[in-house]
Amino acid sequence: MRGSTSGSGLERCWPLANRRAGRAGAVAADWPEAGRGGAEDAGSGPGAGRRVGRMRLRLRSGALAAGCLLAEALGVALFLRGFFPLPVRSLPRGEARAQPPAEPAPPGPGIASNWTKIPPPLFRKVVIVLIDALRDDFVFGSKGKQFMPYTTQVIEKGTSYSFIAEAKPPTVTMPRIKALMTGSIPGFIDVVVNLNSPALMSDNLIWQAKAAGKRIIFYGDDTWVKLFPKHFVEYDGTTSFFVSDFTEVDDNVTRHLDRVLKREDWDLLILHYLGLDHIGHMTGPNSPLVGPKLREMDNVLKKIHISLLSKEGEASLPSLLVVCGDHGMSETGSHGGSSEDEVHTPLLFISSAFEKRSGPLTQLELVQQTDLASTLAVGLGLPISRNNVGNIILPVVGSKTMREQLRFLHMNGFQLSTLLQENTPAYEKDLGYEQFKIAEKSHGNWIKLYLEGNNSEILLNLGKKVLKQYLEALRTLSSSLSKQVAQYDMYSMMVGTVIVMEVLLLLFLSVPKALSSRAEFEVPLSPPLFSLLFYLMCLMLCAVHVIVCTSAESLCYFCSMSWLTAVGVMMLISALMCGILSAVGKILENSRLPLKNPGASSSSWSEVDVLILAGTIGHVLSLGASSFIEEEHQTWYFLINTLCLALCQELCRNHFLLKECDLQLGTTMKQNFDSIGEASECKNIDVQAASNSKLGKAASSAEFVKGSDKWISLASPWIILICCRLLRSLNQTGVQWAHRPDFGHWLTSSEHKSELSVLAAISLVMIFVLVQRRCSLVSKIAMALGLLGVYSYRAAIGNVIFPWQHDSKDISKGITEARFVYVFVLGIVFTGTKDLLKSQVISADSSVKSTGLWEVYSGLVLLSALLFRPHNLPVLVFCLLIQTMMTKYIWRPLKFDAAQITIMHYWFGQAFFYFQGNSNGIATVDVSAGFVGLESYVEIPAIFLTAFATYAGPLLWAIHLLCYLSSEVSRNSAAVGHGCFCYALMRSIPVAIYIVLVTGLRYHLFIWSVFSPKLLYEGMHVFITAAICLFFTAMDQNHSQKVQG
Amino acid sequence: MKEAELRRLLAANLLCAGSIVLTALVPALFLDGFSVLGTHLTWLCICSVCVSVLNVTLCLILKPSPSSKRSSLSNKISRFLKCCIYFFMSCILFHAIIVLYGAPLIESVTETFLFAVLLSTFTTLQCLCLLGPNIQAWIRVFSRNGAMSIWENSLQITTTCSILGGWFGAFPIPLDWDRPWQVWPISCSLGATFGYMAGLIIAPLWIHWNRKQLTYKSR
Repeated sequence: MRGSTSGSGLERCWPLANRRAGRAGAVAADWPEAGRGGAEDAGSGPGAGRRVGRMRLRLRSGALAAGCLLAEALGVALFLRGFFPLPVRSLPRGEARAQPPAEPAPPGPGIASNWTKIPPPLFRKVVIVLIDALRDDFVFGSKGKQFMPYTTQVIEKGTSYSFIAEAKPPTVTMPRIKALMTGSIPGFIDVVVNLNSPALMSDNLIWQAKAAGKRIIFYGDDTWVKLFPKHFVEYDGTTSFFVSDFTEVDDNVTRHLDRVLKREDWDLLILHYLGLDHIGHMTGPNSPLVGPKLREMDNVLKKIHISLLSKEGEASLPSLLVVCGDHGMSETGSHGGSSEDEVHTPLLFISSAFEKRSGPLTQLELVQQTDLASTLAVGLGLPISRNNVGNIILPVVGSKTMREQLRFLHMNGFQLSTLLQENTPAYEKDLGYEQFKIAEKSHGNWIKLYLEGNNSEILLNLGKKVLKQYLEALRTLSSSLSKQVAQYDMYSMMVGTVIVMEVLLLLFLSVPKALSSRAEFEVPLSPPLFSLLFYLMCLMLCAVHVIVCTSAESLCYFCSMSWLTAVGVMMLISALMCGILSAVGKILENSRLPLKNPGASSSSWSEVDVLILAGTIGHVLSLGASSFIEEEHQTWYFLINTLCLALCQELCRNHFLLKECDLQLGTTMKQNFDSIGEASECKNIDVQAASNSKLGKAASSAEFVKGSDKWISLASPWIILICCRLLRSLNQTGVQWAHRPDFGHWLTSSEHKSELSVLAAISLVMIFVLVQRRCSLVSKIAMALGLLGVYSYRAAIGNVIFPWQHDSKDISKGITEARFVYVFVLGIVFTGTKDLLKSQVISADSSVKSTGLWEVYSGLVLLSALLFRPHNLPVLVFCLLIQTMMTKYIWRPLKFDAAQITIMHYWFGQAFFYFQGNSNGIATVDVSAGFVGLESYVEIPAIFLTAFATYAGPLLWAIHLLCYLSSEVSRNSAAVGHGCFCYALMRSIPVAIYIVLVTGLRYHLFIWSVFSPKLLYEGMHVFITAAICLFFTAMDQNHSQKVQG
Repeated sequence: MKEAELRRLLAANLLCAGSIVLTALVPALFLDGFSVLGTHLTWLCICSVCVSVLNVTLCLILKPSPSSKRSSLSNKISRFLKCCIYFFMSCILFHAIIVLYGAPLIESVTETFLFAVLLSTFTTLQCLCLLGPNIQAWIRVFSRNGAMSIWENSLQITTTCSILGGWFGAFPIPLDWDRPWQVWPISCSLGATFGYMAGLIIAPLWIHWNRKQLTYKSR
């Protein structure tokens, strides 16, 4: 963004993105001297003579791809910013506070209600015990009966009300705390800013309580302290970032309990226990650690309840104990998504004010999590917070008189309808609003009767009717408000979409040029027509921008950016447009010329080509269906399976048809030659070898030596298929079949620790064997030590055991071990980079370069070995194994071109993304990778490490692609450029289409639970791919200089 | 000559397609509660058996590939045994491929295996009928421009169509529509069946359409 505005040559109108790439050192020729450069190598290329333009920019296809991807990353960022707006709801709380509504006035003159003040609190003290990741069945299910005996007894026989509270996705702690305390539904973007939570600015329960003079004490997750700074008279925050800490986080909360419960100087006590969530993250909901934790929680609840009961006699008002969870946990122990296990949490109200439950627990009522805020506000005698969309849970106030109950419901309804008025222009047509008005009117009638002192029987029945009307109205109001949570910033989204689509078009139009043997573009630098067009477009877009921004009522991110940046983006858009137009022009020009070699275009497509095309199109189309996004891994597994079978067929044809033509030496020989030649030209050598072998049996013995190689080659697709099948059952992912048992869970369960240790050890050895063959000696040693370090790190944090260490040692954080590995990772990457620089500067032989690349690659392998969970180490092994086999037995013998190989790499990269247990839900992001080797949470490294661990599969395949292609440079000098271009294209197609799809589906039911997380994943993948393409271009650059030099 | 043969091919193919339709309808008259979706496994068995019986009979009657030399009884028996072994092996191979595609390894083995048998019936059995247990001939037919008669052309088309049908049949499985036909392996086997029937109908039409271009080399 900044780069494009500071462009020095804005008067010359050529694609800014390309220019920027040029400044980054990615453009082959320095453009002011392009004429001279063209003259110099006029003899080297056939196209050189045709150059006539004054100012021309020669651009390699890799550089074009990198530039395009950078522009695309900008577009995606803008789109994301528009798609995930910070929810702007009611007026800020600082403004004049509306008085709480009085009771609706009864009709007719003379009589007026005398009750205008806020109703008094119902409870003297309220204790909220929030247990992180408390799933409903932990309390109400068999686990609850087994491990929480006291709570179960209270639920079944005591004075309590129990509900299942449904949390809205994203089921992550901070948005859920906000939902509990404000009663509103925070936007999806809260997930992204979850890691550094700023203070909660909107109206909320805590703020209201503080304003009303209540004294609040808080112990637990320090997210609260950040959200509500200076709200608590006493607090002790515990950090939630040490996921491996199960006991200390909770002891830090419980240790205050005895002291606080004895005191009388507080009104609201909030306890947030994190241990259960940590256990869930590390070991899952069925781990043996969950039981003791639940029992511990049960004891805490018992202590609090007994203490509250013992004080009850002294005061007039009873106390209330609220037990709730912020979210549940999935069968894998994580959360963030919208599966039933993740959204259903228990909600328990315990107070002596309630009636004693007589019968056993019947069907539990389902309420919304947001309902707690309004219920507590009423319970504490506070105004309901403005952004609340929840309803009062009526049973909790059920012991009050009818007049009070109606008053509470009226307050709630009034607040909801005010919120509706502020957010919808046509609020009067809303069904809920109408219902509320009707209910309000009958409420007024009821008050009239009440004040007249009517018969209590009639009054009660009438009151019940009004109550029902109110409840109906409230339900409709809150559902219509919940729907409005998403307010999209369409203008920013449109600008982002336009950039992304332009990039895609430009990439498409430059396919023929980019994949030609030269892989170069000639970009004229200032043809007068285009400069005029460019200026006109810029002016027009700026005018549009001004009009849109001045007329827009809602907040718009793109308008709030500085003018300079906005103009820069406009220029980028116009420059891309000019690029597209010139590309179209060139294609038209070329199509008018007669085809020089019609033979080239008539070459038919092989099955692999058809599959690649069909697979790409099919995958992109599948992004329109939410189930296919949830189960995207199935798409990729299916595609790579089919790819392997197609490769198998190709190999068979390669081997057997030659034999065939060896056997049938007659007239069919020629026909077979035709068919083979059509399939791929490159088999000529083999065909010749086969035809030579007919001369005598002597030759066939030589072939027999090659025989074993041939059979391995034929078997390799099957071995790869088996590997993929094993990996598929290692991590069940997605939504529909995620609960199926898999090896990963079997290995991580505590009974199979020794198996896991053996597997991890074997995997690490295999990784070493597979990686070391192309490393230098120093790197080999570093690699071996690093892998040892990985094992000792895992042993230190208690994932695996050393064979000689039988007693379970105390678990440490393994900081030393992890840092030990980091040193070797950096060392190996540094050695690799040094080699790369050497090959660039001294222009040594290409072996130095390929060693350097391989060392960078092996450094990354070591890093991912450290960050991967131990049960995922086989993924890494199979990744390396498949790459080795593919390279040796499939790609080299079949001699695919760079584009095909790139696409296969991309597909395998995508499949490995899911093999390592990722999915398109937020919950599967392994946050613990961000804490490896860190003493405390440090933002930048944590984000980097988490992103690396998540995208390790695609990343490793991409770097392997670079290694492979640069080793193929001798065969095809433009291989790296082609690869980079194809990689960029493969990424751009799904992103561009997906962005359009998501814009179209923005009011879809699953937009938050399915489409938005996928959008975030896609966006992140674009950023990573842009980085990869820059690396590619840098490597390509070396090569091109070397060729010229 | 060619026209007559084409007509015979069309008749044979229509007969096959018709028999598949009948397998879906007729057993309901005899078996209680029979339906293609409800008692899918039964239907799979019936369909495979019917198609294979019909194919073998047609092959014996029409003799699309005149046996090159008169062979002795023992030779015939050995050929027959070889055919059986090949068919069984192809079932195993299809089963393995389906498992590699992600079908559960242990649970619902019967379903997977019957699906593999169905696929083998649609593909391998036809090859066996037409070409005999002769791998070289198979490879020839399935390489480009390898077909030497309209029967082999039809074989190419139906085989490809059945496998493609099975492949496309897997698409709706991840959708969360909870329809009875999404249960493994119904969508796939239905896909393969429809693909096979489509292949049977397409093959004569395609050959008719391209009869000018198709010039079969004499062996």
